[in-house]
Amino acid sequence: MADLTFVAMAVVTVGGAIVALEADEIVYGAVALAGSFFGVAALFFLLNAPYVAVFQITVYIGAVAVLILFTVMLVRQESWAKEASPRSLTRLGGILTGLVMASALGLAVVSSNLSQFNSLLNETGFLQIGQLISTNFSIVLEVLALVLAASIVSALFLAKVEKEEKKQ
Amino acid sequence: MNTLADFVFVSTLLFAIGIYGLIVKRSALRMVFAIEIMINAANLNFVAFNQFLWNNAIGQTFVLFSIALAAGEAAVILAIVVVAYRLHKDTDVSELKTLKG
Repeated sequence: MADLTFVAMAVVTVGGAIVALEADEIVYGAVALAGSFFGVAALFFLLNAPYVAVFQITVYIGAVAVLILFTVMLVRQESWAKEASPRSLTRLGGILTGLVMASALGLAVVSSNLSQFNSLLNETGFLQIGQLISTNFSIVLEVLALVLAASIVSALFLAKVEKEEKKQ
Repeated sequence: MNTLADFVFVSTLLFAIGIYGLIVKRSALRMVFAIEIMINAANLNFVAFNQFLWNNAIGQTFVLFSIALAAGEAAVILAIVVVAYRLHKDTDVSELKTLKG
């Protein structure tokens, strides 16, 4: 059976995700999303993958969550507190799709033999990750650096205020 | 003791919540939330399978790349949301019809 830490962190993760989508005030939703990211990072720690967990905290909570929070504050409107609720048919369809997907995948997991793997056999750590990144995946790293630079430049270009636009 | 099935189950729940959000929500920011939740579910699955089944670090390395890609993607999406808000004073995706062919 799962131990207490795991259950607590799973509740934080799933509950944070639900609050992020359902909170009336979208700023609270953004904060709950950061909580959900933190829960996933804790699950990475439980999986004996501290490097990925710390990476998750620095990049997701430190960068993405803060970016989302700033965007939310930039484009927020007071009227959003009573955000136009979707038509009940759409809502029903969404809930049904989510439930069917969760139960189908959950049943597949339950009926599989995944629960017989109960010990972390992975002993690799920082050293192996560093070796992989700098040998097998060095090309991927270079391409990823280019992609990141391109995405940052394009984001800046998109969000840049044109001079004519300013005058209006 | 945690088993692999527990982690996969949490990941399944996260993914289903993301699908729900993507279908139901019409605000672009909420859809970004849903996408990020689904990316997290996939990352969790990668690390869980890697840690329980193999004694190498390829899954962890892949997740590192995936997280970096998700950060770049979030930056571009949020810039588009800001531009859309500047043009339409709204981020409701059903109201953004300028791109419609």
